[in-house]
Amino acid sequence: MDEEYDVVVLGTGLKECILSGLLSVDGLKVLHMDRNDYYGGESTSLNLIQLWKKFRGSDKPPAHLGSSRDYNVDMIPKFIMANGALVRVLIHTDVTKYLYFKAVDGSFVYNKGKVHKVPATDMEALKSPLMGIFEKRRARKFFIYVQDYNENDPKTHEGMDLTRVTTRELIAKYGLDDNTVDFIGHALALHRDDRYLNEPALETVKKMKLYAESLARFQGGSPYIYPLYGLGELPQAFARLSAVYGGTYMLNKPECKVEFDEEGKVCGVTSEGETAKCKKVVCDPSYLPNKVRKVGKVARAICIMSHPIPNTNDSHSVQVILPQKQLGRRSDMYLFCCSYSHNVAPKGKFIAFVSTEAETDQPEIELKPGLDLLGPVDEIFFDVYDRYEPVNEPSLDNCFISTSYDATTHFESTVIDVLNMYSMITGKVLDLNVDLSAASAAEE
Amino acid sequence: MATIGHNNLNAKLVLLGDMGAGKSSLVLRFVKGQFLEFQESTIGAAFFSQTLAVNDATVKFEIWDTAGQERYHSLAPMYYRGAAAAIIVYDITSADSFTRAKKWVQELQKQGNPNMVMALAGNKADLEEKRKVTAEEARAYAEENGLFFMETSAKTAANVNDVFHEIAKRLPRAQPNQNPAGMVLVDRPAEGGARAASCCS
Ligand SMILES: Cc1cc2nc3c(=O)[nH]c(=O)nc-3n(C[C@H](O)[C@H](O)[C@H](O)COP(=O)(O)OP(=O)(O)OC[C@H]3O[C@@H](n4cnc5c(N)ncnc54)[C@H](O)[C@@H]3O)c2cc1C
Ligand SMILES: Nc1nc2c(ncn2[C@@H]2O[C@H](COP(=O)(O)OP(=O)(O)OP(=O)(O)O)[C@@H](O)[C@H]2O)c(=O)[nH]1
Ligand SMILES: [Mg+2]
Repeated sequence: MDEEYDVVVLGTGLKECILSGLLSVDGLKVLHMDRNDYYGGESTSLNLIQLWKKFRGSDKPPAHLGSSRDYNVDMIPKFIMANGALVRVLIHTDVTKYLYFKAVDGSFVYNKGKVHKVPATDMEALKSPLMGIFEKRRARKFFIYVQDYNENDPKTHEGMDLTRVTTRELIAKYGLDDNTVDFIGHALALHRDDRYLNEPALETVKKMKLYAESLARFQGGSPYIYPLYGLGELPQAFARLSAVYGGTYMLNKPECKVEFDEEGKVCGVTSEGETAKCKKVVCDPSYLPNKVRKVGKVARAICIMSHPIPNTNDSHSVQVILPQKQLGRRSDMYLFCCSYSHNVAPKGKFIAFVSTEAETDQPEIELKPGLDLLGPVDEIFFDVYDRYEPVNEPSLDNCFISTSYDATTHFESTVIDVLNMYSMITGKVLDLNVDLSAASAAEE
Repeated sequence: MATIGHNNLNAKLVLLGDMGAGKSSLVLRFVKGQFLEFQESTIGAAFFSQTLAVNDATVKFEIWDTAGQERYHSLAPMYYRGAAAAIIVYDITSADSFTRAKKWVQELQKQGNPNMVMALAGNKADLEEKRKVTAEEARAYAEENGLFFMETSAKTAANVNDVFHEIAKRLPRAQPNQNPAGMVLVDRPAEGGARAASCCS
């Protein structure tokens, strides 16, 4: 490794692996290292033995849970919007050929103590028990407005400039009640708090359209897809892309100390006494702890179960959003469940996550409203984690640090961070103009 | 996993072996019928597909070459995930490469799919005068470990197609598909259908 590279990438989380792949494809000489002996960093998926080591300090999970290698438990659970930015990146880079996906069965929302299917179209709105009969009619009108809305066609704007009209004003025009607004904002537009109400409505309308278009894509019960064998496959697939284009891979490299010259610019990375010279470093927050600050923390519970989440139509993969207001909280809570149908657990087993931006130091208590929806669990692990963002100036030190994965349930913000980093690193804009309306799926 | 549709099988096949053993050369010989005296260490294309007809079926191999990630012991588990077959390649003129091949066999026995068809290929059989590993030794090892064994030469083409044919014959036919397989995301063909083609059955 005593060689000179254009870029050394540290950490094999999803963001780092996408960047490594893009940079190698661009012809840059990339060395990609990780202190762990596995791919994925924070965004890896663990087998049962790894899970036990991490949370129970033992490598002997109980035999009744089945074979360790049948488990792929995500450490950052998220679903992929079928029409979203990550799918664009996968198609643009042709990394899709290394992966198999399946639609996610269901998307639900918690409202007044009960779990309901998220209605996403005007037709579904009419059927949903979430609303009374008059509210349904109002909601249907609003859904039709959103479906027909086209940024480039003023005729569809009905006289409103959505870059100025706030979401609150737009919704007021349709006379929707707070309950309806709650599921539209949190379960359809996937906002995490209520700030969107006072922001221009365009963003919310676009997010609702993304949801509806993603839902239409694969005729599943949700707008999401998810890879077979878990999210840990994603960083590995992008790492393979990088390797195929000449990137060098070294796992299990202790230390990975970033070296700086007298001007404070990065000049190399040292591990095990050898230094790889480089012009730039790309890494996750854990490799440059002095250049990041804490911006929040996440509380979560990981559960192994032998049944689907109750009241979700027997969905073998599902998301349930519990909007903040329904719980009297400042941030939403999420349930996420996957199972053997996505090859993340042995036959008959389900993996459920309950997570939220932590507001206390007691995850057991804080997560209770979500846990109460799961029914009995075979095993449960509690955990609290910090989130970081970079505070350095990359133009001065040539260090490009990713932000910790945020609290969204899908990958839109992940990809935005990656694309911004790519532009800062290369000075170029990645053209993701794949014809998404034409992207489709072939059944294996 | 080998998946079936009518009489067609799709089978992921992975290559493993020491640097320079001839993995890429074997694939190039099989897929394109070519041999390069100075085959570069593998970067770039590392994914091929080739269809073979055997008595009762056609087998479409999806062939994965390592892309160099194994060099520093950093091969990703997704590489052998779902593989129906593996060819472990060593160079008959290098005892080290044979030792390395045995390590790969162990690794596959630990990580791979238990029904995987495994072949041990002693490559560069044309270099008889420089031989360091005897065929007897390799065959005995293969038999003990449930692999089938052939000596090959990517240079002369000896036994190359035969290895792939033998694998195709040995692939379990009616493997019950416990889980309906997933979908591959593809660009839908623009007019004419040139682009997509990522599938199958
Ligand atoms: C159904 C679903 C629900 C989600 N719910 C939440 C949520 O309620 N609140 C939230 O903040 N994010 C949630 N997420 C998003 C996501 O899991 C994490 O928030 C985010 O990806 C990582 O958070 P982070 O910025 O703390 O990452 P990091 O700073 O990298 O987090 C550090 C560690 O925290 C862990 N972690 C962080 N957040 C979560 C989480 N929510 N669940 C499990 N592990 C986590 C990871 O193991 C990671 O290693 C959810 C995703 C899905 C699919
Ligand atoms: N004489 C002879 N040379 C061969 C044979 N097969 C491969 N070679 C040569 O051996 C060298 C290495 O072959 P590759 O196919 O690149 O080996 P590889 O296993 O793919 O190597 P890496 O990609 O570096 O891991 C090349 O120079 C080939 O020309 C063979 O059957 N006979
Ligand atoms: Mg090669």
